[in-house]
Amino acid sequence: MLVFGGLAALTAIEVAVAFMGFERNVTVLILIGLAVWKALLVAMYFMHLKWETRALKILAAAPFLPAAIMIVVVLMENF
Amino acid sequence: MTSHSVDAGASRFEPTTFKVKDKKLGMWIFLASEVMFFTGLIGSYIILRWGTATPWPEPGEVLNVPITAGNTFLLICSSVTMVKAFAAIEDGDQKMLKVWLLATAIIGACFVGVQAYEYNELIHHEFLPSSGLYGSTFFTMTGFHGFHVTVGVLCMLWVTVKAFRGGYTQADHQGVEIIGLYWHFVDLVWIILFTIVYLI
Repeated sequence: MLVFGGLAALTAIEVAVAFMGFERNVTVLILIGLAVWKALLVAMYFMHLKWETRALKILAAAPFLPAAIMIVVVLMENF
Repeated sequence: MTSHSVDAGASRFEPTTFKVKDKKLGMWIFLASEVMFFTGLIGSYIILRWGTATPWPEPGEVLNVPITAGNTFLLICSSVTMVKAFAAIEDGDQKMLKVWLLATAIIGACFVGVQAYEYNELIHHEFLPSSGLYGSTFFTMTGFHGFHVTVGVLCMLWVTVKAFRGGYTQADHQGVEIIGLYWHFVDLVWIILFTIVYLI
């Protein structure tokens, strides 16, 4: 229930941050940080990844390496 | 039947080298491929959004953020009921397994219903997949996610029916665990999509 409360609170904070009128880049950074935090909470606690073997954790994390490379390259191309 | 074929048959139920059972490992590999699928969509979105000179609408200008934030909360609730369903069968509680699985399926169906309402409203205001890059990327990303949730709800109903027929026990309930992994993944993807599509 603690994780559920955390996810609900983070969602509310996200919506608030989006309309607070911070500088564009600051807003984007905060929102992506909060989204990654929420995603990690779901993966670690709801999907029980925290209690899985090291091998399965590596398997679960593996696709995020090429994904991160692709996103970074795409961002570098556009900024 | 030879002893070799008996062993081969039995090994399907043995833990793999990843120390998890075969179906669970299969689901994790499938989810890894899904990460790449959605990364492709998000990468395309970044290219199309920041690669074009015309600024895209501000958050809330076209899309209804409050309704979708509520829908996000709904999906998070369905993940919690899924956690409860898995915990129930781990404790051998058949009654609560059925209750929580049914709740998950109903809340998931509500999420799809709200998305259908949102689409209807947007189309009514002439915001269509053909309404430029913004429209096509929005409907592609949220549409594919909605399709995943719909498939999840159908699978959840299948698992729920099996639970009502006593198909899961405290010792053997891989089906509940596997549908749970898929369901939480769909929730995880929505968390990312909601931020990128609606709030940024």
